[in-house]
Amino acid sequence: MKRLMLGNEAAARGAYEAGATVAAAYPGTPSTEITENMAKYDGVYVEWSPNEKVALEVAIGGSLGGARSICSMKHVGLNVASDPLFTVSYTGVNGGLVLLVADDPGMHSSQNEQDSRHYARAAKVPMLEPSDSQECLDYVKQAFEISESFDCPVIVRLSTRISHSQSAVKTGERADYKLKDYNKDFTKYVMMPAMARKRHVEVEKRMLALQEYSETTDLNSIEWGSKKIGVITSGIAYQYAKEAFGDVSYLKIGMVYPLPDKLIAKFASEMETLYVVEELEPFFEDHIKKLGIKVTGKDLLPLMGELTAQLIKEKMLGVKQEVNEPLVDNVPVRPPVMCPGCPHRGMHYVLHKLKLTATGDIGCYTLGALPPTESIDTCICMGASIGTAHGMEKARGAEFAQKTVAVIGDSTFIHSGITSLIDVVYNKGNSTVLILDNSITAMTGFQPNPTTGYTIKGEVTRQVDLVKLAQAIGVERVRVANPFDIKEFEKIVKEETAAAEPSVIISKSPCALSKDVKFGGALKINQEKCKRCKQCLALGCPAIVNKGDFVETDEALCVGCMLCTIVCSFQAFEETGEKAGAKNG
Amino acid sequence: MRKMDKLSIMIVGVGGQGTLLASRILGVIAFKMNYDVKVSEVHGMSQRGGSVVTYVKYGPKIYSPLIEKGEADIILAFEKLEALRWTEYLKKDGMMIINEQEIDPLPVITGAAKYPSEIINTINRQYKNVFTLNALKIARECGNLKAVNIVLLGVMAAKTAIPKQIWDEAIRETVPAKVLNVNIEAFNAGYQAI
Repeated sequence: MKRLMLGNEAAARGAYEAGATVAAAYPGTPSTEITENMAKYDGVYVEWSPNEKVALEVAIGGSLGGARSICSMKHVGLNVASDPLFTVSYTGVNGGLVLLVADDPGMHSSQNEQDSRHYARAAKVPMLEPSDSQECLDYVKQAFEISESFDCPVIVRLSTRISHSQSAVKTGERADYKLKDYNKDFTKYVMMPAMARKRHVEVEKRMLALQEYSETTDLNSIEWGSKKIGVITSGIAYQYAKEAFGDVSYLKIGMVYPLPDKLIAKFASEMETLYVVEELEPFFEDHIKKLGIKVTGKDLLPLMGELTAQLIKEKMLGVKQEVNEPLVDNVPVRPPVMCPGCPHRGMHYVLHKLKLTATGDIGCYTLGALPPTESIDTCICMGASIGTAHGMEKARGAEFAQKTVAVIGDSTFIHSGITSLIDVVYNKGNSTVLILDNSITAMTGFQPNPTTGYTIKGEVTRQVDLVKLAQAIGVERVRVANPFDIKEFEKIVKEETAAAEPSVIISKSPCALSKDVKFGGALKINQEKCKRCKQCLALGCPAIVNKGDFVETDEALCVGCMLCTIVCSFQAFEETGEKAGAKNG
Repeated sequence: MRKMDKLSIMIVGVGGQGTLLASRILGVIAFKMNYDVKVSEVHGMSQRGGSVVTYVKYGPKIYSPLIEKGEADIILAFEKLEALRWTEYLKKDGMMIINEQEIDPLPVITGAAKYPSEIINTINRQYKNVFTLNALKIARECGNLKAVNIVLLGVMAAKTAIPKQIWDEAIRETVPAKVLNVNIEAFNAGYQAI
């Protein structure tokens, strides 16, 4: 059967067809839908883990336990999971182990655009890279075969445009994969120095065998065309190159590590001009140059952002697409914005008002860094807010801590904030930590997490009690606050930042997009009561519209969260009685 | 009417307006007509009220899922400012269907920028094949403000040669059952709007 599938959906299908029975992940754009789709299949254990390191460890356990197992993550998730990765490369596998890692060239939804291919080389594990949804399915299946044949984990590298593009996929049946026996073997699975030294020898042997495999596998293939130009490329860049170059010759790389040296040399020897088309780092190019082959790549193409067919045409072939003149200059940008009814809005308003330094974290609340509140000072990686606040205090003194808060969501706190909070308590810091608890992983699209109360399969489970957890760590000042009650919220923040000891404020309110959240409906501004003071605009609410001479609400967007009624000194916001627009349907 | 054996369609709007569903429906339509098709979607943070664009391309063989400047046959614009932002992507003889709704971006709300005036007239000056309507009003009349996306598809259906039957099937397969009726109504209202 053929149907349209997202790359992520097809990758999940590949794992299913390969007979995988264990899947673990932490959500992260653009990888999230892989695991969401795995959860739709019966006969597969699927979990959202607290973070990528745990997820990979679960998948490693699944593999050692004899099951085919997958673990999915975004590129920066692999940083978190890299610790187990580098050593499972030594132990090897029992049941096949496949990591699905989605890069984000162009940073559509990420804090950096690192190139995961370097991890394959660094950890000495093979890596495949599909170029459309069908290949996502096929390559994941093949990755399991490679994993078991060569006794190693295999990474399948995706990217935003592969993960989030739909194309036609032919699906097959699920393989009848038998759970392998588990045999205790400390020489293979216990990586103490004496055993690890022996395993490293095996790793190097394996890399040579994989190198030979790369020369002959149909994952790497030549499409012969005109020999005036030869293009070496992979993944989504292959699609752009096909459109840009047309009928030339291509060496399409499906196995990006280790690379097929002999195949590359053979291909190169027949071409008049050789180009490498790859996004981000000159990973192929550096290797090919090391082989002594003359090739053109990053001296023409950028190291940053996504490629496009037009960009390749222009830079490599000197052909510039005729385009229309822009109709106007300076079309106002439209950055993402916190939703109408978002519980973070009131919190940001208070941080801004109190002029606090706020170390931030990864989540929708990072958007508070933008005008009008500009209330977030830093954003580095998952969990960084608390350690950063603690370090700033140690650099600048306890008084500075009284004007500082760390801001972190519930899912991010579980992911990697808990250890930093322990650090604050243990090392006698005074940080105030604001945990924004909407009990869901909202930014990536509503994945349940350990604070939610149910699993990815919708089964009821225990909820982490954040108050007790903070207390158990040794935080004596733990408060729960409602971010829609701005005045009380402000009072609590003032008291806790002033305290000369660590404190945790749990800002508790569900995400505005949650189906359980019901607001009263759109508000309108009574223009006779409105004094045009524009204080309400300081909320940065997309439903409050500045018309220059006056301010009005956008009734199609307003949900009636009532935050503006607290900020307005003139009671100008009134209920319309209309059902909230953004919540319909 | 435009030839229909190869089309590049962009759907532009503001995160939350339902552009994703519209592009999925168009993908299903192309698939039903047995073309090679790619639909490039947007997920994650940019969905939160930001400028969003999805691409639907179909034809005998599609490589890149992206549509670049000057390549779009059709742009469905869910919001006026977004129509203006992406006009350069339209072919000179391309068609644009614009929902007249205005949603202020944050720089306009904070006063750092002004919402451009005369957007429709500006676009009309350079492009001949532009249709505008108040899709939000039509969606409201159909009973669901979120049906703006389907209203716009209705307009597109009326302006292209793709059989109405295929549209109907694709909507029924893609839209959740509990809002199907209101969406069928929205589609028909869009179909008759211009």
